[in-house]
Amino acid sequence: MIRDQYYETLPREELEALQLRRLQAMVERVYHLVPFYRQRLDEVGFKPEFLRTLADLDHLPFTIKQDIRDNYPFGLFAVPMEQVVRLHASSGTTGKPTPVGYTARDLETWGELMARVLAAAGLHRGDIVHVAYGYGLFTGGLGFHYGVERLGAAVIPVSGGQTRRQIMLIQDFAPNALCCTPSFALYLAEVGQQMGVNFKDTSLRVGIFGAEPWSEAMRQEIEARLGVDALDIYGLSEIMGPGVGIECLQAKAGLHLFEDHFLPEIIDPVTLERLPPGETGELVITTLTKEAFPLIRYRTRDVTSLDYAPCRCGRTHARMSRIKGRSDDMLIIRGVNVFPSQIESVLVDVPGVSPHYQLIVDREGHLDTLEVAVEVDDTVFSDEVKQLQKLAKTIEGRIKDYLTVSVKVRLVEPRTIPRSEGKAQRVIDRRQQQGGKP
Amino acid sequence: MKVEQISVFLENKAGRLAEVTRCLGEAGINIRALSLADTTDFGILRLIVDKYDAAREMLKAKGFTVGKTEVVAIEVPDHPGGLAQVLATLAQAGINVEYMYAFVQHSGKNAVIIFRFDNLDEAISLLQKAGIHIYQGEEVYKL
Repeated sequence: MIRDQYYETLPREELEALQLRRLQAMVERVYHLVPFYRQRLDEVGFKPEFLRTLADLDHLPFTIKQDIRDNYPFGLFAVPMEQVVRLHASSGTTGKPTPVGYTARDLETWGELMARVLAAAGLHRGDIVHVAYGYGLFTGGLGFHYGVERLGAAVIPVSGGQTRRQIMLIQDFAPNALCCTPSFALYLAEVGQQMGVNFKDTSLRVGIFGAEPWSEAMRQEIEARLGVDALDIYGLSEIMGPGVGIECLQAKAGLHLFEDHFLPEIIDPVTLERLPPGETGELVITTLTKEAFPLIRYRTRDVTSLDYAPCRCGRTHARMSRIKGRSDDMLIIRGVNVFPSQIESVLVDVPGVSPHYQLIVDREGHLDTLEVAVEVDDTVFSDEVKQLQKLAKTIEGRIKDYLTVSVKVRLVEPRTIPRSEGKAQRVIDRRQQQGGKP
Repeated sequence: MKVEQISVFLENKAGRLAEVTRCLGEAGINIRALSLADTTDFGILRLIVDKYDAAREMLKAKGFTVGKTEVVAIEVPDHPGGLAQVLATLAQAGINVEYMYAFVQHSGKNAVIIFRFDNLDEAISLLQKAGIHIYQGEEVYKL
């Protein structure tokens, strides 16, 4: 169901006119209210009135996470603290968190966008929504919470942890929707199985999963084990939190990015040039309506592509593909851009190979080398050397076909590659240690 | 007629072979015969042990990748040309030997050699017709 029939289905031309009006007002405002942006724009000699078309956005400088850190805690806020009514923060991997602020109107916008998300998942008044995202500084829990209330459905603010108790609540309170990370959804299924609970017998019919990258294979597994439609949601606290984009139940073909509030671009993370629609690169977002914490051309580091073709659900907003990786993780091997997630997607299709892998990048002479360590499991293990060598060759061939880069596959024992705990040591780049160019 | 062989995947890392043999020793499992195939990246340890099931369970529990294969233990006359005669019989029938290795112990005057064939049943019937003695699994585990 489409919650906002007007804004979510605006014809492209009208949508772009709206985006331009909102962008002009936003740039004008931050130029006068945020010293950081004023300095940045002055440095490149750009005045807000130069902004005549959406293409003029190219002249504006990018904002990166380090800029937010450099202005810690509230230096990038565009309103006085009297107007800020909520603070959230994303966990900092290097000590300090990244704080974000919201005015009352920002919270209203966020709630409304989350209501759109829930409606896109087929939810409505009368439904019950189990929110197992963490409540607190993290935007996941509260973001969903207020969206459910705004929609008029009932929220179970269960937050994270206490898995068995959550399963009991799902049985007793009979929620229709489950909102959590995809890995927690699978964990619920696993624990449920131990408890003798079959999720297919519960009232759950849809799940909204996000806050971590996941795959199409994981969607199939979640749908099979939980008996729900599994939808991908996108968001990041710097931009707002959950509710930047959502897959619709009808098509499940890309995440509708709410373009009336967020202006997306795809850039090449190396040259920083904007890429044409459909090409894969780093997602850059400019907020169009945020009051407390607006961002101009924020580099999300998330790698995706945008499809501007209208969806069969009726929405006209661009659809972004499932996040394919992080631009920070991008490796350049002999001049070819390689994302670890691309190698993962090859490995999941090879029977008997676990998706646990490690990439070792090195340099022999002047040539980059890429070695992929892959765990062998019992199902493909053979007592014959040639069988295992054939397996390694098969994987090498498939990666070469996919990436156009030759790699060497090394088979290793199971459970010897460090497991992903957030940012796993997926990549060991020995080139930097030798003082070569990264 | 067939003998159960355990194979273990080993990364080429110092101490991996020692680890397997230590685990077997602690579990009171005796190795009857072994061979190690190695490449630059990994090795495959093939074992005939006295307690096949116990060894397999234990190694799996310790996190090793363990496979099982059926092989044949053949009695080979312990004199010049003894092995050549057995191999000639197989070659004539077009049976391919994937690999082979010898038992540490002798059985009487003859040697015991483990063979891995691509077509096990055909090899067994051929060898039997040629009058070559093949050991039962139980005999081999207790040798």
